[in-house]
Amino acid sequence: MSFSIAVQQQDFDVGREYDELISGDSAAGAVVFFVGRVRDTNYYARDVKSMLLEHYPGMTEKVLQQILDEAKARWELIAARIVHRVGELHVSDQIVFVGVTSMHREHAFQAAEFLMDFLKTQAPFWKKELTGQGALWVEENSKDVSASLRWNK
Amino acid sequence: MIRVLFLAQLREQLGAAELQVPAADIGSVADLTQYLLKENPGWEQFLSNRKLLVAINHEYAKADARVKAGDEVAFFPPVTGG
Repeated sequence: MSFSIAVQQQDFDVGREYDELISGDSAAGAVVFFVGRVRDTNYYARDVKSMLLEHYPGMTEKVLQQILDEAKARWELIAARIVHRVGELHVSDQIVFVGVTSMHREHAFQAAEFLMDFLKTQAPFWKKELTGQGALWVEENSKDVSASLRWNK
Repeated sequence: MIRVLFLAQLREQLGAAELQVPAADIGSVADLTQYLLKENPGWEQFLSNRKLLVAINHEYAKADARVKAGDEVAFFPPVTGG
């Protein structure tokens, strides 16, 4: 499982993901991972109770795999893993895991950021927040768009 | 036939998740959008949103991309995962 993705309803275990990422590999001197969680506040400062994460089955997996392939082509990576949850999630739940290993930290740090930036702007997931004021689809964030544009060659 | 999907907020706005559209006379994404608007004039305000994204058979596509019988074409709003 040196480069793999998963789209799933169930939670993930960061410890287990880490163990699997480095399993049997003594060359990977650097491991970087990111975990995204459900916040209790959104951009409009409304109180978020939970959210529904929708995706486009088939395309989601394909795009995530393409993003991994692109990261592999740009940096010297040993392993990488993306896990993204779908369905109903509550405040403080984990949403996404991105883990990368490489010989040195520079490649792992950059690749992890790249993977998150591209995931946020390319992978077909949509968040619908259930707040104290009703249901609200999350709007595209211009900060995410510009973060992703900086990787253009 | 062309299988047309509407996802996320767009599905709720249109009140439609999936349609089968006859492939005759449809050569591109733009043709398909015109067909959908002709059949459903009330969809104009939602389908004319320039931020809408389109995928043909799970690959992002532009308005001039070719569409043929058997394709799956999905329309959806900007993505917000992560």
